[in-house]
Amino acid sequence: MSSSEAAVPGSGAIAPGPGTAAPSRQRRFRRFLRRSEPVFAITPFVVYAFLGMGIPAIAVIYEAFHSDSGRWTMGNINLVLHGVFLTGFENSIKLGLLSALIPGVLGVFLAYAIQTSHSTVLRRLCATASGVLANFGGINLTFIFLATLGSAGVLTFWLHDVGINLASIGFNITTFSGVLVVYLYFQLPLMVLVITPALGGLRANWREAAENMGASSWSYWRYVGVPVLLPSILGGMLLLFGSAFAAYATAESLTLGLIALSPIQIGNFLNGNVIAGQTHVGDAIAFGMLIILSITMILYSLVRRRASKWLR
Amino acid sequence: MAPLEGSGSLYEVAQSENQYVETASTGSARRGRKFRWWRLVVLGLAGAYFLIPIYAGLKFSFENVAGHFSFQAFRNLPSAPGFTAALSLSLKLALVTVVASTVLMVPTSIYVHVRVPRLRRILDVVTVLPIVIPPIVLIIGVLGAFPLWAKSSPYLLSFMYVILAMPFVYRSLDAGLGAIDLKTLTEASRSLGGNWIKTLWRVILPNIRPALLSATVLTLALVFGEYTMASLDLWQTIPVWIVQFQVSSDGNIQVAASMLGLVGTWILLIIVVSLDRSQSRRSRRKLGAS
Repeated sequence: MSSSEAAVPGSGAIAPGPGTAAPSRQRRFRRFLRRSEPVFAITPFVVYAFLGMGIPAIAVIYEAFHSDSGRWTMGNINLVLHGVFLTGFENSIKLGLLSALIPGVLGVFLAYAIQTSHSTVLRRLCATASGVLANFGGINLTFIFLATLGSAGVLTFWLHDVGINLASIGFNITTFSGVLVVYLYFQLPLMVLVITPALGGLRANWREAAENMGASSWSYWRYVGVPVLLPSILGGMLLLFGSAFAAYATAESLTLGLIALSPIQIGNFLNGNVIAGQTHVGDAIAFGMLIILSITMILYSLVRRRASKWLR
Repeated sequence: MAPLEGSGSLYEVAQSENQYVETASTGSARRGRKFRWWRLVVLGLAGAYFLIPIYAGLKFSFENVAGHFSFQAFRNLPSAPGFTAALSLSLKLALVTVVASTVLMVPTSIYVHVRVPRLRRILDVVTVLPIVIPPIVLIIGVLGAFPLWAKSSPYLLSFMYVILAMPFVYRSLDAGLGAIDLKTLTEASRSLGGNWIKTLWRVILPNIRPALLSATVLTLALVFGEYTMASLDLWQTIPVWIVQFQVSSDGNIQVAASMLGLVGTWILLIIVVSLDRSQSRRSRRKLGAS
């Protein structure tokens, strides 16, 4: 903070000699300004963040516990913990878990296959591709997949030609299984992005040391590779869980809002499909989502701290 | 192309991209000369999964009703009802968001880096919050708490997009500022008689130009793909228009518009990735020199 001296030009110019009250008060004021300069400088950011995140979060929590008439109530929370809204949470958690576990495991294999290949071009290409594809969620993905696996989709016809009828094996792109398949499209690249630095942390000499001591490939992975990677894998999966659990756009546009997932149910409340006296139920669902996501992120930061041990 | 769907994803791109390039070359060249069949299977399956939908999207975009190759869908797109209105709304929101985000985030990040590095931790935590609080929760809070005059303006979306873009914008600025020797630069500029405005404008900003550009690009990708908030705030931006477009008139237009969105995001994000790379190369050169 030595450079903060320079902030107030001429602050040292006032000779400390004349001991009258006015200059000393002025100096004290200047020192106050200098000390509080950092506070002033980040105030716009803090105010903006509070308006954009603090106020909405407080509003959600406040309204979750208040009835339409403004009275304190547990009714909203109670309602959300039963029936169709509970199903929504269950489905969302199930979707989050499945679309964390499947791409979580596949992503490790994919990242390893990419990383151990000897082609620099392939590695570069895959790094860029996963950076790009991990961000390709949203509604565009919906229509690309409707063109692929919809009732008139390209892959649907190809599979039909080899004798597989998707509808008869219970797959429908506009239901839970479809949403899961579509989510893989951005979850898998995301896992590759997250896990690649950790794979780079596996030193070649660990493997050589294990082999010198007579370890087989399996026991190397069992006792060295997987234990070292595990925190990173878990961290990646937690991130994937949060991302799938909270996603709205793809699921809503794919199923036209007809799937029982918590984010979609909130959206239905906002779209005006509300029974009288239940306007704050959406806030109660949002409050529940906040709790689940906070737990996820706390676990993530714990696991990440553990994982970073091997990356140094 | 809503980058927020994988809500942590852009954030991770900013974080991991540099690491990737550096760690990728450490794989031992000695190992694995022998043919690995499983690698071929894994890469082949992944390639099929990622390429077939793109092929399907292209096929639908470039085929007319009779099944022949044509540009009909793209030619009809500009004249489709509501398209120009949605495009101009998205453009206006993008402009306002980029300007507001730059004006808010650039001075704050630079100030914190130069003068109060201990506040960086707070900035780190606050700018990650939009990933913990998803857009769907933010928008229900906003619609419940904000006054009517704010809710009746489309620029409320811009206000919220600045929040949603914070993780990506701050990550790129943070990386950009970390890659240059900020202390030496500012001290040199000050000792040559430059005031703060001059130092900022003539010394710092030109040095973090790649970071500024990648922050802008990420913000643009976000605004042009964001669906959740726009649809629930009842404004017809481009993604909302695509979804609400009447399928009965021409279904291929939706796929074509989505493919345009895909290609657009691709180009934008490839710019970001290559910018990050050139920046990490620069910072490595700097480290090697010192």
